[in-house]
Amino acid sequence: MMDTAPFLAATPALAVATSLVAVPLIAISGRWPNLREGWTFLAGAVKLLLVLSMAGWILAGHTHTYDLWEVLPGLMIRFKVDGFGMLFALVASPLWLITSIYSVGYMRSLDEHAQTRYFCFFAVALSATIGVAFSGNLFTLYLFYEMLSLSTYPLVTHHQDKEARGGGRKYLTYLLGTSIAFALPAMIITYMTAGSLEFSAAGVFPAGTSPAPLTTLLLLFLFGFAKAGIMPFHSWLPGAMVAPTPVSALLHAVAVVKVGVFSIVRVFTGIFGLELLADLHLNTLICSIAGCTVLVSSLMALSQDNLKRRLAFSTIGQLSYIILGVGLASKLGAQGGMLHIAMHAFGKITLFFCAGAIFVATGKKYISEMGGIGRQMPITMTAFFVGSLSVIGLPPAGGLISKLFMVQGALQAELAWVLVIYLISSLLNAAYFFPIVYQAFFGSSQEAQHQGPRQEAPFCAVLPPVLTATASVVLFFFPGIFLDFITVFLAS
Amino acid sequence: MSLEQHAIIIILAPLLGALVISLIGGLHRRVAYLTLVAALAVSFSSTIATLSQVAARAAEGPLHYFLGDWQPPYGIELVIDPLNALVLTMVAGVSLLVAIYSKETVRRESPDRLHHYYTLFALLVAGLLGITATGDIFNLYVLTEIAALASYALLASGRGFAYYATFKYIIMGTIGACFYLLGVGYLYIKTGTLNMAEMQAFMTRPALLHSESIRVAFILIMVGLWIKMAFFPLHGWLPNAYTRTSTTTSCLVAPLMTKVSVYVMIRVMFGVFTLPYAYHVMGWNTAVVWLASLAIVAGSIGALAQTNLKRMLTYIIVAEVGYMVGGAWLGNAAGLTGAIYHIISDGLMTACLFMAVGAITFKTGEINLEAMRGVFRRMPVTAAIFVVGGLAMIGIPPTCGFFSKWYLLSGGLAAGHYGFVVALLFSSLVNAVLFFRLFEIGYYPLFDAQSEAGQHDKVVVAEAPLSMLVPMLITAAMILVVGLYTSRIVSGLIEYALPAGLKL
Repeated sequence: MMDTAPFLAATPALAVATSLVAVPLIAISGRWPNLREGWTFLAGAVKLLLVLSMAGWILAGHTHTYDLWEVLPGLMIRFKVDGFGMLFALVASPLWLITSIYSVGYMRSLDEHAQTRYFCFFAVALSATIGVAFSGNLFTLYLFYEMLSLSTYPLVTHHQDKEARGGGRKYLTYLLGTSIAFALPAMIITYMTAGSLEFSAAGVFPAGTSPAPLTTLLLLFLFGFAKAGIMPFHSWLPGAMVAPTPVSALLHAVAVVKVGVFSIVRVFTGIFGLELLADLHLNTLICSIAGCTVLVSSLMALSQDNLKRRLAFSTIGQLSYIILGVGLASKLGAQGGMLHIAMHAFGKITLFFCAGAIFVATGKKYISEMGGIGRQMPITMTAFFVGSLSVIGLPPAGGLISKLFMVQGALQAELAWVLVIYLISSLLNAAYFFPIVYQAFFGSSQEAQHQGPRQEAPFCAVLPPVLTATASVVLFFFPGIFLDFITVFLAS
Repeated sequence: MSLEQHAIIIILAPLLGALVISLIGGLHRRVAYLTLVAALAVSFSSTIATLSQVAARAAEGPLHYFLGDWQPPYGIELVIDPLNALVLTMVAGVSLLVAIYSKETVRRESPDRLHHYYTLFALLVAGLLGITATGDIFNLYVLTEIAALASYALLASGRGFAYYATFKYIIMGTIGACFYLLGVGYLYIKTGTLNMAEMQAFMTRPALLHSESIRVAFILIMVGLWIKMAFFPLHGWLPNAYTRTSTTTSCLVAPLMTKVSVYVMIRVMFGVFTLPYAYHVMGWNTAVVWLASLAIVAGSIGALAQTNLKRMLTYIIVAEVGYMVGGAWLGNAAGLTGAIYHIISDGLMTACLFMAVGAITFKTGEINLEAMRGVFRRMPVTAAIFVVGGLAMIGIPPTCGFFSKWYLLSGGLAAGHYGFVVALLFSSLVNAVLFFRLFEIGYYPLFDAQSEAGQHDKVVVAEAPLSMLVPMLITAAMILVVGLYTSRIVSGLIEYALPAGLKL
């Protein structure tokens, strides 16, 4: 085990810094859009390579720690790369590249303003995301968590109109408010009682800590990381749909929301420890809260006519799936929950890409206007279909695998009632996705508003959903790509 | 220049600077400005030298400097320990930055009385540095009066309503100083010395520990200081006095005056009286912390109600004073560490915000919320600096504001004082609302028919002059640097500044 890692010790920090370094470069090349986007792609590629360079080492069962800076006595800004962090980084960094292609297609087609600012803050947000993925302790995680909240604000409010202002206010109020009012004191209390914020599988709390304060802490963390969208702190997410679609796609299907879920899962696995959660029966509490969110949000999704808002409510439900899965505190449940981070990311980003492509090509935002659109945009709508399969959990898309694990996890944890939640919500998922697809392809000619020649969005906006939809299918056949990292993580 | 002389140079440089400016400052407007900057630069570099000297021998006890080599109890001594070395550096640093910043503002605000203004500026800084460095409780009073008189004159330089606001402050400030002086009188009668260290040596005697006169002295000094630092509910004079005055004065006075008073309070509690006396014999802790919590809440709510940027910041000061008083009275190491650390960080944050608002006012001529309109496009650098200051006030890592909150919250939780914890969180949230409201005004264009989303009118970038930008940039950078160096500051300096009996 003691052989040295085949990469620089500072690689995790470099992977975080890459996109930050790109920010000034993007800013000064504002006048030459091709050069500007070149920096984005270069940073994205370097970041991906840096992440990949560590993957083999992690798969071999190692972890890698790098201390950047001692910021409080005994408390480091510490990067630690392990299986779970690697999984998240491997989801986020390639999707940044794909989203950047899509951004170019989307932003240029719509001739959006302030694109330089847009690409700058996008890069900062990605740094923060990778920072969260590679955080070695709760303090570092909190640092990057806040950085992400702030850096995404200009993205969410990109249009700078009244609607954007309202959405942006809600966004910051919820995210900043909960992190300051709940997560920060919870972190300080944890540090005071346990004397450590380092993630470890056994948890940080000394044996015999009484259950009542632990339950309070758990709730503070659960609601404090409101990026995970647990009700009643969810309504920032539909509000944030005022953002341009690439932002919604990457940040609100992958980066921001998954950072919330990732943080909560880290708290479950690294601060409390799954055994402690099971011993104190805190898993029942978590499953009740997350289960309610799953059901309520799925029901709310049914009634949304704005496609992006429907996707947002679907995301809220799927995020709670993940928390539900890991919160079961059984091995299979944890595997399923973590895997769902990846599976849902690829599925949901496809759906958002498609929503944006429809908007670019036809200017349509509402589902009721999309009858027959499948004949006009067959490629886009096929990708949409595959994405929805993955989110519902049907073959041949990756979502099925993670859901199977979670269902088994519920049995393993002897919480059979959770199965009912999975069953009902899967039906609801199907109920809010299939009508869209059905109307798009088979809507009768009277209902169809879209007839005429094929009219796909520009290439740059069509390629990304095709790529991510393909990835969803590939993940169905080869879930090991991500599952191996989880196995390694849970084995340690 | 031997190293031992640094302690006195810290104070002498601005004092002599004041003399020089008053004599020859009238020759040319450049002379006054340059003399002030030079004097403060000398003073600041001496504080740095002293700080590193103190840090190097932190465990061995304070540095003593005997004025004229007269030994106490007859002579006056300067005592530099980690606590006041930090405060001295902050005070000298901030006043140097404000001095550089003042080049354009003073020329615009007091063109006819330029060298008078700079004389007072130097005197105020000399007074504040003296208060911080002295080891003699009566000498401290004298220096307080020097600083206070200079500040009255500076505050009144805003003209108009400033005269009335300053008059109110003179009354309150004088009452505060009298309370302090009365308290010192009682102490002198009971102990026969004015030297802080000697006085403290007497305080352990049982006869004095439970003496009513000593008790009264303690109460008088505390109340006097609370008036001086505008601790709720004795804060009424501050918002008007600090708002109505000129830009330069508020940039100088707002970050420094209240912070130095808080330092004096901590010094008196643990350097004149003793830790058991302050925490146990008085039995005030819970009451004072509750009062501090009220101060935080009242200051925050007051700030929410303001539409004048400067007045909003002054109410934030009232809340921040609550942070520090509360931290000092929590009665544990984390709380006191937070209070001391916050003296430094709040000095920087307040300076940063006042300077940024001053620059915006300088360019727009407005002081209300509307002055922020479009500021991100018009003055991008100033706006970025303002954002850093705002985020520090909210307490976003890794700014220093976050780490003050970290220690203060830890202290509150350790002491079981949840009212204080809730007040701190409440004020963080209110600050978030306050500053994001301003960022929002700066970020969004006017919502009218002409400026549809996506269409920007040609906005002319009109930044503040370089002499304002550079000090602001340094302050904003220091907010981050101090935040990142928290570990060194706490374990290298503040830990040694805590009274024996409190350990982190």
